[in-house]
This record gives sequence, structure tokens and C-alpha cells, in this order.
Amino acid sequence: MVTYPFIERTVLKPHRIIALLPLVAILSACNAVVLHPSGDVAAQQSDLIFYATELMAIVIVPVVFLTALFAWHYRASNTKARYEPHWHHSTKLEVVIWGVPVIIIIFLGIATWTTAHTLDPYHQVSRIAPGQPVPAGTKTLEVQVVALDWKWLFIYPDYGIATVNDLAAPVNQPIEFRLTSDRVQNALSIPALAGQIYAMPTMETELHAVINEPGDYKGYSSRFSGAGFSKMHFVFHGLSNADFDKWIADAKAAGGTLDSAAFLQLAVPSEAEPIHRYANVDPQLYKTILDQCVGKSPNMCLSTQRANDIKKGNGLCRPNVASN
Amino acid sequence: MSPDTPPVDPIFGRLTLDAIPYQEPILLATFIVVALAGVVVVGALTYFRLWGYLWREWITSVDHKRIGIMYVVLAIIMLVRGFADAIMMRLQQAMAFNGSEGYLPAHHYDQIFTAHGVIMIFFVATPLIVGVMNFVVPLQIGARDVSFPYLNNLGFWLTAVAAILVNISLFVGEFSQGGWVGEPPLTGLTASPGVGVDYYLWALQISGLGTIIGGINLLATIIKMRAPGMGFMQMPVFCWTSLCVNALIVLSFPFLTIAITLLTLDRLFGMHFFTTDFGGNPMAYVNLVWIWGHPEVYILILPALGVYSEVAAVFSGKRLFGYTSMVYATVSITVIGFVVWLHHFFTMGSGASVNGFFGLMTALIAIPTGVKVYNWLFTMYRGRVRFEVPMMWTVSFMITFLLGGLTGVLCSIPAADFQLHNSLFLVGHFHNVAIGAIVFAMLAAIDYWFPKAFGFKLEPFWGKLSVWFWTVGFFVAFLPIYAVGLMGVTRRTRVFDDPSLQIYFVIAAIGAFIALLGVVFFLVQLFVSIRNREKLRDLTGDPWNARTLEWSTSSPPPDYNFAFTPVVHDVDAWTDMKERGYTRPTDGFKAIHMPRNTSTGIILSVLTLIFAFAIIWYMWLVAAVSFALILVVGIGHTFNYNRSFHIPADVVARTESERTRLLAQQG
Repeated sequence: MVTYPFIERTVLKPHRIIALLPLVAILSACNAVVLHPSGDVAAQQSDLIFYATELMAIVIVPVVFLTALFAWHYRASNTKARYEPHWHHSTKLEVVIWGVPVIIIIFLGIATWTTAHTLDPYHQVSRIAPGQPVPAGTKTLEVQVVALDWKWLFIYPDYGIATVNDLAAPVNQPIEFRLTSDRVQNALSIPALAGQIYAMPTMETELHAVINEPGDYKGYSSRFSGAGFSKMHFVFHGLSNADFDKWIADAKAAGGTLDSAAFLQLAVPSEAEPIHRYANVDPQLYKTILDQCVGKSPNMCLSTQRANDIKKGNGLCRPNVASN
Repeated sequence: MSPDTPPVDPIFGRLTLDAIPYQEPILLATFIVVALAGVVVVGALTYFRLWGYLWREWITSVDHKRIGIMYVVLAIIMLVRGFADAIMMRLQQAMAFNGSEGYLPAHHYDQIFTAHGVIMIFFVATPLIVGVMNFVVPLQIGARDVSFPYLNNLGFWLTAVAAILVNISLFVGEFSQGGWVGEPPLTGLTASPGVGVDYYLWALQISGLGTIIGGINLLATIIKMRAPGMGFMQMPVFCWTSLCVNALIVLSFPFLTIAITLLTLDRLFGMHFFTTDFGGNPMAYVNLVWIWGHPEVYILILPALGVYSEVAAVFSGKRLFGYTSMVYATVSITVIGFVVWLHHFFTMGSGASVNGFFGLMTALIAIPTGVKVYNWLFTMYRGRVRFEVPMMWTVSFMITFLLGGLTGVLCSIPAADFQLHNSLFLVGHFHNVAIGAIVFAMLAAIDYWFPKAFGFKLEPFWGKLSVWFWTVGFFVAFLPIYAVGLMGVTRRTRVFDDPSLQIYFVIAAIGAFIALLGVVFFLVQLFVSIRNREKLRDLTGDPWNARTLEWSTSSPPPDYNFAFTPVVHDVDAWTDMKERGYTRPTDGFKAIHMPRNTSTGIILSVLTLIFAFAIIWYMWLVAAVSFALILVVGIGHTFNYNRSFHIPADVVARTESERTRLLAQQG
């Protein structure tokens, strides 16, 4: 993985505080999780925000200062100030005016392009923390996420359990979220961990992340999804390995099975759904949700329909004529 | 129609008395106030016998100045409605803590944030910029009217009836609860079976049509009707921004038309363009709507930047610094503005390279935008800055806009946007730009061009108060919104469970009330100025010692704008004329060919309103009849060959000698 050359700092240094004075003044008293996250991906995003802000402050701070200065100095009542009503061009100034933003945008552009790749949510995390690559043989925790009206279903395929509005992961272990939605679009957002990604029906998105510090972090839906949207939040627990094992065991002890029938019942729209857990999950459930045919005949599955369309074609959809 | 739709009444469709929300006290009270106000207005118009005057001089007018003024009046009325929505949201968010549900249930709150966005973009910002362009552009290029005066009237009335449609939804049925861009599947028939989304779709469809018609008209006007000698590089910067904006309108609005037409077909006829089943793809809507939506951002902001360019030069008593730079910056923003739309949904899961490309393009736009700020800065440099109200708006904008630009660039970096998207930080950003750039510019524009439109200046005292209250109100309202955004709070949230956040929303609500005072002082300014109009009267036609052609004629300008078409030799044509000792011709006037008023615009628009209302409620019979009438009237108008007349030479001579007399009186 290409490491991003400009960003390797995660703490607020004094010069940053100066550059960000107005915002820092507001945020000093509060917990701005986006700027002080607890997962490595979010930390890199936070560094990027600081880096870009500093870069732009190079232009913005002098301009704010000069605006105030010129407005004051060249006020009409100050007849001592120079007045040149016909002065409207200076090649030297024009070079500076175009040149400075161009240089800044070149730096910003490099950061934009490289981080779009290194922090791509589809990209497996290659490190757990700065200078700490993922150890060989580390297993990635897979979590299947289904956005429902208006709650989150989390399935842990490796453990055969599922939870509603309750998410946990062991610290320093890479996590792979695979997301879809039952009915409308949502977005899974955990600012302390890695930000957000949309969850959309019939489609699967991915988000890779790692949590570095144990703790309880807020999770939201960040894409408006209807009446119950505001209460569609949950707590994400970063746990030590022992605590995580216990969390899994608790779910196992909770009993209950999440099969097609239980899912259809769960999918009925509800608001502020309390946490619940299922000790067993139908291993095919996530795939059938993605295929939009839970509790229906396999003929109704989107994948079957697509396959049929391609086979029959009705003269309209024949991607591969040779196969006939 | 989809098979599960219940049978509908042949006349009333699905409209029943249940559609009137009389169980909601807020709506009922609003309705009573609106109804009383309506009765008072209608009564007053009848009592003072103003209906005939209104019909002849305004409603059927094809005069670009009158149409421009009507656009601005519409926008100010809708601003009051949109601001009321904003205050209601701020109150809800400030209250809904510690288990309280606030005072707005989801069904109502979700309509309010959707209506707020739709109204502010389509019925406040758009009519303001279209209105100001309509009034100013023909005057600035030395033209007597626009290329297509009838279309201009039609475009306005389509926008106006669309605004009426949105307001009807308040009292008959409901409005959309799907956000201001109305993205399916949430706005599909399955998730939103009610009439709300249909009101939304038809209001946008009609106002979009009005905007496209207006755009074609102004584009043709700027290209074809400039005064002799005014090459493209002699046009005022405001005309340049208008040219670019109208090109953007003509190129981008059809994408909106297509997107909402397809969604309408989905909802009306059970088609599957954007459903999640039967091969539909909602992501196609998101792309289409933002291919329009991002250029729309520049459609709104470029004229604002044009206004600041005019104001900065005039009130610095100095030619605009870097005219050529400004033009190239404007054109670059126009072109690049078309390839940045995906930054509205980096988090939908496109690949890294796609996100990276759109991130880079967005970063590129920051360059010409930055250049513009420098140019205003160096326009003040070595000037004589007069802090009249429009200039105060400009300085306030320059500082506010820098913060908005900074936060915008942050959101444009894909990796950072995975944190910032759909958070209140994003809400902070676009209000920073929408208020700090667009609203401030339009209030500056109203103050600046008001004396041209009505012949008297606006009282500066209340205007200055408005500047201060809007500016302070903006920062008090939106700095906390930025802050809670960085704490991870998402937009469109109705209730909160973290009590520590409440203080931020309380402060934001206070800020909203401070900004509300800014609106109130602006209205007071209008009222006081109209009352004191004799004291504020300007007879010169050039109260600001301004630089462009509109100030060379009288205030308000005569119907024909210019008795003789001016000849242009330089940028800032009027300053050039003044410096070379221009004298007004006082004889030799000729008859002037002018377009004739027409009632077709309003008739077609009212029929369109009836048609849309009928479709929304599935009143198929009414819809069919009104559609047939639209065709009859529309086609009928093409057979009207009596579309113009001549203002006789002696009328022109009389008007001009009256101006000569007033100018002499002024001394």
C-alpha cells in the first residue's frame, strides 16, 4: 500500500490550533469525534481534514486580513489613501492570484487522489495503526449489515449470531462490513470508526475499518430513510478480545433463531427498536435479503430473474448471442 | 397505474375531505392567517379598483423590468414561507431532547425540511436571480426588451403557479417527505404512496419548465441584443455571469426534467425506472438529479458573484480589477461545474478512481473561485470605498464566503467526505454558501438596483441593520451546526438522545431568530422607504455614480429603456460616456417598436396549475380537459400575429423632455 506522504500526525499541534482558531474555539469544550476518532481509518480521515484546512488557511487567512485592511484603509473618508480609479490590471498580481491557488490545489489534488485510493472503503485495511501493519494470519471480522425500517440488523456469519441495533468488534482486528438494505436506502455511519457508506436494497456495498481503543461509540443512519430515521441509531462497542468473546457468548445464550419467518417479522417497520439478539442465523439469509426473496420462491429472486432474462432475452436482452 | 391503487372517483379522484389537515392546529392557524390575509388583499384591490391596473400593467406585461420585479416579489413572499420552515425546524431541534419528541411529529417535520429546501432553492433563490437578471441584463446591454417577451411572461407565470402548487399542498393533502432532491426508492410509490411526492414532482416540473423558457430567452437576448460596440469582452461582468448561468440552465435543467418525468411515470403508471425491482435502478435517479443539481448550485451562485463584481467596482469608485481574469474564471467555473456532480454521493460506493476524479475536478473549481475573491480584494485596493448598504453586503460576503469555501473544499475530498457527508457539517457548508453568497448578493442587488426600478433609494439605516443581523445571525446559527456536524450528528434528525448537544441547537435557534430580524428589518426598510419615497427620490437616474449602461437612462426607465440605442466603446460604458462628456440627445426621436402585452402566459399557467392538481389527485377527467385546453390556448396563440406596436415619436419626445425638465430641476 502506498503510504500517504503528507499525513502522519494525529494530534493537535499548536500551529494547527492557530490555523483552526475559530473552529477550535467552538470544539475545544466538546467531543468532536470526527476530529478525535478511535479507529485508524477515521484517524487518517481526520488528519486529511486538518491537512487540507491548513493548506487552505495559507490563502484564506491573509485574504480575510487584507479584506478588513483594504476596506478600512481605502474607506472614502480617508482622503490620504492613494486613489487610482483607472488602475485595473497588473500582470505580476495576476500571476500571484492564479499561481497561489494553483499550487495549493496541486498539493490538495495529490492528497485527494491518493487518499481516495488508500482510504477507499472497499480497500482491505493494510495497517492497524500508524507503522503497524496487519500481522500475517490475522483473521478479518466479517459483519453483514442489513438496514431495515428503522433499525440495523448485524449478522456475524463466522459466529452464526445476529443482533439488532447492537454492534461490537474486538480492538485491533480488521473488520469487513458488507451492507445492503431491505426497502429504502440508508447509510451506516460510525464516525469514531471510519465514517459512512450507503446501504442500498438489491446492492451490496463494503466498508473496511479497524477500531483501536476499547469504548462505546455512536452509530447512526446518515441517509434519510423515512419517519423512524431519527431513532435509527445504535452503539458500536470496541471490545478487548476477552470481552468480545463474552459478547458473542451472551448472544449465543440469548437463544432464538433468525430464519426467513423471523426476518419478515423483524422487517415490519418499527421505531426505536430495542436491542435484541439471535443465537442462530440462517446462513443463506443475507444472500436472500440481497436477492429480495426472503420467504418467497427462488423463482422470485432477482438473480434468478436476471438469469432468466438473459436466457430468454425476449429479443431485448441478449448479451451473448453466441451462447444460443 | 399500479394494480393495488384503489378505484378513484371519476371527478374528484382520490381527493376527499380527509385531505384537509384540520386536525393539525399549526396548519389550521396558518390557513386562517393566510385566508384572512388573502381576503384583505383581494378586498383592498377591489376597493381601490386596482384589478384592471394590475392586469394591464403587470400580469399581462411583457416588459422585462416588470417581469423582473414580479419575480423578486414572488421570491420575497416565498422567503417568508421558507424562513418560517427554518424557524420551525430550529425550534424542534432545540426542544427535542431528554425524551421529548419536540412539537413536530415525523410526518410534519419531514415535510418541513423538504419544503424548506424546495422553497429556498426553487422559489426564493431561483426567482431572485432570474428576476434580477431579467431586470438588469437588457438594461446593461443597452437593449429595449428581451428576445422573446411572451416567453418571458410565460416563464414567470409557470414559476408562480408552481409556487402556488407548493402552498396548496400545505392545506390540501401533504407535501413530500423525501428531501429536496426527492431520491427514490424513498420517493417511490411503495415507500411514499401519498400525494406529497406528486405535489413535489409537479411543482418542480412546472417551475423547471418556466426556468428553461426563461433561460433560452436570456441566452438569446445576451447573444443577439447587445448594443453596437459591446463585444463579449466589453460586457459588464454581471452579464457575463448571466450568460454563463443561462447556458447552464439550458444545458442542465433538461436533466431534472428527465429525472422527475421518469419518477412521475414510475409513480403514475407503475413503471420501473427507479424502483428496486423489475430492473429499476435508483442510482440512475441520483446521478441524473445531481447532473442537474450541481450546475444548479452554480446557476445560483454565479449571478451572485456577478452582483458583487458590479457593486465592488461602483462603490470602490474604480474599475473592476482583472476583468479578463474574472471572465475566464466565470467561464471555467461554468465548464468544470458540469463534471463535479458525483461529489454529492461519494459515499454511494463508487470506485476509488471515480471518486478521485470527481474530487479532483471539484478541487479545480476552487482555483477560479479563489481568483474572483482576489479580484474583488484588489478592486478595493487604491479605491475610495463607500460603505453604502450594497458594499456592506459585499464585504460581509467576502469574509463569510471564505469559510464556506474552506468547508466546501473539505467536503469535496472523497476520503474526508466519508466523515462529513450528510452530517450537519455539510448542512453548515451549504447554508454558509447559500446565505453568505446568494442571499447576501440578492439583498445587495435589491438595494443597488432598487432606485433604478422605482426612482427612489432605500433607506440605508434599516438596510445596514439588516446586514448586521443577517451576518451575525448566520454565524450564531451555523457555527454550532458545523460543530455538531464534527461531533457526528447527521442531518434531518428530528429527536436527539444526547443531552450535551442541546446547547448547540439552542444557540443555533437564537441565531436563526437574529437572522429573522435581518429579514424583518429588510421588510421594514422597504416599508419605510416607500413611505419616505419623496425624500429618497433620485432624479438623476445615476444615484451611485455607477459605471454601466442601466444608469444612463432615467429611474425608473421608460418602457423603451433607451430613446436611442447607446454605442459602446469600453468596459464600464457609462463611466466611459461620462468621462468623455456625453450629452443626452433632446430631439430627433423616432417611433419605437415594442412588444404587445399578452394574457396567454397567465392563462396557460393557470391551466397548467389545474392540470397538475388534477393529475396529483388522479382526477383524470379534469386533467384531460385542462390538458386539451392547454393545447388549444398554446396553439391558438401561435395564430396571434398582432404582437407588437410602435410607441409614437411624439410620445417618446414628451417622455424625454419630461426627463430633461427633471434633470434641470435637480440642477
